[in-house]
Amino acid sequence: MSLVLNEEQRLLQDTAKDFLNKYAPVTSLRKLRDEHDPIGYAPDLWVQMTEMGWASVILPEAYGGLEFGFLGLGVVIEETGRTLAASPLFASAVVGASALLLGGSEKQKQLLLPQIAGGDLTLALALEESHHHRPTHIATSARVQNDHFVLNGTKCFVLDGHSADKLIVVARTSGTESDSAGLTLLLVDRTSKGITCQRTVMADSRNAADIIFEDVMVPAGDILGAIDEGWSILEPVLDRGRVAIAAEMMGCALETFERTVAYLKDREQFGVRIGSFQALQHRAAHMQSELELCRSILLQALSTVDDAPDQLPLLASLAKARLNALVKLITNEAVQMHGGIGVTDDLEIGFFLKRARVAMQIFGDTGFHKDRYATLCGY
Amino acid sequence: MEDLDQFSLDVRNWLEANCPVSQRQPMGPEDQYWGGRRGEFPSEDAKVWFERMRDKGWTVPEWPTQYGGGGLTPQQSKVLKDEMKRISARTPIYGLGIWMLGPAVLEYGTEEQKLQHILPIINGETRWAQGYSEPGAGSDLASLQCKAEDMGDHFLVNGTKIWTTAADRCDWIFCLVRTDPNVKKQEGISFLLMDMDDPGVTTTPIALISGESEFCQTFFDNVKVPKENLIGELNKGWSVAKALLVHERKLMAEIGSDSPRHILQPNMAAREYLEFEGGKIADARLRDDLVEYDMLMQAVALTHFRTFEEKSSGLRSAAPMVMKYVGTEAEKTKSELLLAIMGSRGVGWEGNSFTPQEIDTTRLWATSKVMTIAGGSSEIQLNLIAQKVLELPQS
Repeated sequence: MSLVLNEEQRLLQDTAKDFLNKYAPVTSLRKLRDEHDPIGYAPDLWVQMTEMGWASVILPEAYGGLEFGFLGLGVVIEETGRTLAASPLFASAVVGASALLLGGSEKQKQLLLPQIAGGDLTLALALEESHHHRPTHIATSARVQNDHFVLNGTKCFVLDGHSADKLIVVARTSGTESDSAGLTLLLVDRTSKGITCQRTVMADSRNAADIIFEDVMVPAGDILGAIDEGWSILEPVLDRGRVAIAAEMMGCALETFERTVAYLKDREQFGVRIGSFQALQHRAAHMQSELELCRSILLQALSTVDDAPDQLPLLASLAKARLNALVKLITNEAVQMHGGIGVTDDLEIGFFLKRARVAMQIFGDTGFHKDRYATLCGY
Repeated sequence: MEDLDQFSLDVRNWLEANCPVSQRQPMGPEDQYWGGRRGEFPSEDAKVWFERMRDKGWTVPEWPTQYGGGGLTPQQSKVLKDEMKRISARTPIYGLGIWMLGPAVLEYGTEEQKLQHILPIINGETRWAQGYSEPGAGSDLASLQCKAEDMGDHFLVNGTKIWTTAADRCDWIFCLVRTDPNVKKQEGISFLLMDMDDPGVTTTPIALISGESEFCQTFFDNVKVPKENLIGELNKGWSVAKALLVHERKLMAEIGSDSPRHILQPNMAAREYLEFEGGKIADARLRDDLVEYDMLMQAVALTHFRTFEEKSSGLRSAAPMVMKYVGTEAEKTKSELLLAIMGSRGVGWEGNSFTPQEIDTTRLWATSKVMTIAGGSSEIQLNLIAQKVLELPQS
């Protein structure tokens, strides 16, 4: 366990920062939004990112990976949070790759992981069925029929859902609607017959989708892990995703905060710079304190993925809950402290505000994770 | 690293052989030894434990050996701390001499001053008080007025100091005094040591909302102080004090990490005082407050750990600058949460209707209000973060 970055991780961070500032600044996201880009990210950029190894940071060397672990991934994702770079990094290289790593057969891993690493395959997790994260409340059904599953149901808020090559669908193969037992993870081509995919335009201008499955035929072998036992894979996959999205939120919070502090030093009213007002200084100092606490949590959570997986549920919920709260505080304060210009579309602060709100909903809001943390603590 | 492992093993064996079993129990305030001419050991075992640790130099593990310290590296010192914590070994001696004055003398003192003052601190012979604040100089400490006039062969001190912790039981006091009234206020302050038995020094306890009187006010009426009691240069006392404030704030931020006897943790209190339904606290609002607090405390503990790791790796971050604010505010939150969980049993003051633990909780709640005021209030901490970390313009 380590709460400081090593040389290799710092180097990775510097490289990521330079690359993103050059090729994926916030203006890129604005362009994707304004041009109603059909995919929601720039495929060329993703190719460049995979060439730099970003899709293989957490993969073992045996599957063409760099094996830098989650601390390595964390620094890259954090930097993407600073420039709001849209890419399949989260959905494919973190969530999809983790599902394959933790649940895939050796054959599936050999075949698919190198494709993810090389940018030839993108994945999306089709999990949510309501407007709140309830990962065990699954009604989508996968009925066994001869050597196939027949998949029926509706999913929403599927990140990268309308662009991914394959979907990992969480379906019920037994049990009642809120059971964690009886879930199975199916690997389905997005263009399979019976799938209707509707892109949802979200506040953050990234891509997500609602997906309807109607009698979709899935070969019996196309599942991750064992039938009915999908939860044992899904839960750690979600926890890894929660820690990764927490890293992105840290980048988002830090960038928003730094831009705001810079504005406080620049903007003049009443003949002085507004950063000299104690009312603003104390709020900024409080945010700095919260940032420091969250930094420790994030580093510990990232280390925990690799070094102490048994503690991951507690740390993932701690990280997601506290980073949710941090990014909400900082983006709101950023808009307020910028004053009138803060609510204009011209200023990029609004992009951070909107991304923060969508990220807060990914894999559990603050209430979900506080409840989970309390339950894990035994109260 | 191997050396450190060996050291760790040696420490463990030594503690096993030398720390009396009675000194490995959780402790209350009455079990603490503070040294000084009026200091008494709470028990014979406490005396034995103190003397053994003192002889190793381990009551001040990082101080140089030539003055009686342990001469350990920060890494070794942490090993010692961890090993003591592992067996719940009590801190053998407490005091501002160890925490503040000693480090100041070691950094700013002359050889003579080190020889005069360091050993009596280590031996528990001198208990030190701190004289910084004045009735008219609280958060604006630099405006202090207690003056030391240069009379040629001595200083003549007149004025008063307030919030002098346990000064009625102390032997010496280190003070910030005005030595030049005609310059910028920070530039006319000196750091002066005074023997509290000297003629003209009087001390009165102050009753607090907690019912305790741990703080005093000390008066100086024409007190003659030898010139050699000046620490650092004349009119340079502000730098000495600033260096010491860092020690004090670190100390106050760490107080939350102790868990002595009697002091109830909110999650334990919840089991005793709250109803559960289906394994969950039935009162959703209190459950939410508790989880908020537990998450905060885990974050604070991780940040302490990160600060140490950064220091060991030679890295710097803003984390140490926020810990006084964060740590003391968390302590207040904890006390308020305990009261909320315990309901009317958390507001008992005295008598047999309440358990000693319940009364302790109420009193500690009142005491917790001191934490965000003493050692630089939370507002002053936020000013410092804004100015030193964020470099926002001064008003």
